[in-house]
Amino acid sequence: MTALAAAQPVIPDFGRGSSCVRDNGTFCWDWVRAHWGDTLRPALVQHVALTAVAVAIGFAIAFALALLAHRRGRLTTPVVLVTGLLYTIPSLALFQLLVPFTGLSRTTAEIALVSYTLLILFRNTLAGLAGVPEEVRDAARGMGLTPRQLLWRVELPLALPAIVAGMRIATVTVISLATVAVFVVNEGLGAPIFDGLQQTFKTELIAAGALCVALALAADALLVLVQRALTPWTRVARSR
Amino acid sequence: MNSSNTAQTEGPHAYPRAASLELRHVRKVYPGAARPAIEDLSLTVPAGEVCVLVGPSGCGKTTAMRLVNRMIELTSGEILLDGASVMERRPAELRREIGYVIQQIGLFPHQTIADNVATVPRLLGWDKQRVAARVRELLELVQLPPELAGRYPAQLSGGQRQRVGVARALAADPPLLLMDEPFGAIDPIARARLQDELLQLQARVRKTIVFVTHDIDEAIKLGDRIAILREGGVLAQYAPPDELLASPADAFVAQFVGRDRALKRLALSRVGELALLPADGTLHGATIEPDTSLRDALSLLISDGDRPLAVSNEDGGVAGLVTLDMIRAALHAEPAR
Amino acid sequence: MNDFADALRFIADNTALLWQLTLDHLALSGAAVGIALALAIPLGVTLGHLHRGSFAAINASNVGRALPSLALISIGVAVLGIGFVNVMVALVVLAFPIVLTNAYVAVDGVDPDAVEAARGMGMTGREVLWKVELPLALPLIFAGVRTAVVYVIATATLAAVAGAHSLGDVIVDQATYRLPGVLGAAICVAVLALLAELLFAALQRAVTPRALRLEERGAPLLGGPGTTNERTT
Repeated sequence: MTALAAAQPVIPDFGRGSSCVRDNGTFCWDWVRAHWGDTLRPALVQHVALTAVAVAIGFAIAFALALLAHRRGRLTTPVVLVTGLLYTIPSLALFQLLVPFTGLSRTTAEIALVSYTLLILFRNTLAGLAGVPEEVRDAARGMGLTPRQLLWRVELPLALPAIVAGMRIATVTVISLATVAVFVVNEGLGAPIFDGLQQTFKTELIAAGALCVALALAADALLVLVQRALTPWTRVARSR
Repeated sequence: MNSSNTAQTEGPHAYPRAASLELRHVRKVYPGAARPAIEDLSLTVPAGEVCVLVGPSGCGKTTAMRLVNRMIELTSGEILLDGASVMERRPAELRREIGYVIQQIGLFPHQTIADNVATVPRLLGWDKQRVAARVRELLELVQLPPELAGRYPAQLSGGQRQRVGVARALAADPPLLLMDEPFGAIDPIARARLQDELLQLQARVRKTIVFVTHDIDEAIKLGDRIAILREGGVLAQYAPPDELLASPADAFVAQFVGRDRALKRLALSRVGELALLPADGTLHGATIEPDTSLRDALSLLISDGDRPLAVSNEDGGVAGLVTLDMIRAALHAEPAR
Repeated sequence: MNDFADALRFIADNTALLWQLTLDHLALSGAAVGIALALAIPLGVTLGHLHRGSFAAINASNVGRALPSLALISIGVAVLGIGFVNVMVALVVLAFPIVLTNAYVAVDGVDPDAVEAARGMGMTGREVLWKVELPLALPLIFAGVRTAVVYVIATATLAAVAGAHSLGDVIVDQATYRLPGVLGAAICVAVLALLAELLFAALQRAVTPRALRLEERGAPLLGGPGTTNERTT
């Protein structure tokens, strides 16, 4: 045992590490299995929570703004400018810029993450509403739907594909950006990634990174399914 | 000369369910426009009749139609539906009592055909069974197979969609129907069929219909009364088709109905309506059915030479003869009504 | 607010350092973007012209978007080690899909009637590409370039964790520079990114014929790249 001590990886070996770990292999499944419960899964759960809250709040705000801009076109440009500005600021910078105000907390992370969702959700919702064919709107009004009924029964359902497309992009973006949140709060998959960066043993890094990618792909696929379920008419083939 | 079909007072879908429509000195000016879209338009459509608004592009025919259901608001004047001003109701409520069919149809792509048709009844709060029954009834009325009810608009052909549009407009049994060039985007063969079907439908349900088109032939075919409009919504003439063709009010109308208006008039009547010459052994040319139009008969007579045509009767024999002179005389007769 | 005042003072006091880091930042970004453009634009344009490979070209962007840059830089570091070249390679990998997809969609989506008419007039494939498709596709290609530039600048901020130099060096090193330093550098990065965005937005508008102003209409992203930025840092 002591002969091998000189070649030990950073993780101290109390005699329980596997040979892969001890030999500092690139990727060790047993490490993953061993640390799933205490490192990877909590990080994953936190990451999902961070994402879900950010997307939910972002959607609520963007949706309200889009409805307003749909009614009053003049709002569009200022909203796009502001949300665009927020979107352009590199995440690391934005997280740090918020720290004086909200400290090193989950709130800071969420505020920044929400900011990144606003532009895409606003633009897509608005574009989805604008994309409703004019004759459908004309026919609906002509039949006697009130403006509110027109919005909720006709325009929004038809805008769903664009809205969900925006949600997909926003969700994947947030999943990605939430890794950077580790610089303000020790939560999410960014934590094991960052820890992993400091070590020579790379499994933690690769595992967390791969989990992040998998999470993003899974969320995207899930939203695609949700969209298919909500918009059955987009799937029917033309019979002409 | 024209065998007219007035609004009937009896029948299963008679015009207690049809409203009269009156436009009184209607005027519409768009803000910033040099000239009014509609200067001063007055006309009355009796209940149960089809009034066709026809004219060149920009004459205001669509504007006039959209003023009725307040899709566009009046600048001045009045529009009375069954005697009551359309301004008395809130627009959304008013529109639920008026059927509205537009050229691009505007079916809701995200709803099934059944849901599309059921839109206004549901808005009015009908219960589920009544709605379902009405949807079935309407699909049958517009001659669509019932299995289409569960499909989406994208799965139907253009002609089928147009029928759904008509069914949707009729769903709540409105007393007035507005149709804005509904068959404009359809190919000529399907269009002719849809026009025939509309006439059959109208014979059954007898609604008051305001129909907008730029096609004078369509107007003549479908209209009980035709309103020819000039630019600015100026009414050039408002008359039944036969009168319009026989006596156009001015050069504009004459040019609009076409120089072949005499032939168009002939298309409105059938040989069976004439007092035929007895078939006394005179040599005759082809034999035609009594429901052949005078125009087609004329065409046959001209190409055939000078021999009269024989008109068949129910038993397969000859009911009488028709000559060129008879047709000419029919033209010069006073227009019926 | 004091913090921001301190941050501005930090910037004033450490101009030389920050300027040097800015140059490093731009060098890293510029190199990565340059290589990505050199590789992706010809490929995307060619595929779009031939209307081939749509599945790969369009989904490249989807996959690229899902790759968290921090994770990718990290994996890159794990495999390739630290340093300028390695981080630059990671940045190229991240920028490549965006440019590729935009270039593909731009050329593939040129009005087919215009292309048809051009062919009918007797233009060869190459002439159609250079005289008709590229001019019409230019705005959208440019949108991709703009997106990639801002994206790389943003991601380069993280390069600090991988041994390359950029303004991120200060931001991640709170121990040395303390809050005013971190904030100061953050402000610099934000300004840098915004300037880049504005510059390229203006350039994009300059190359867009008036008739083709899609940006103003807020073209929706229906699962594709569209004209909106894609951010994973």
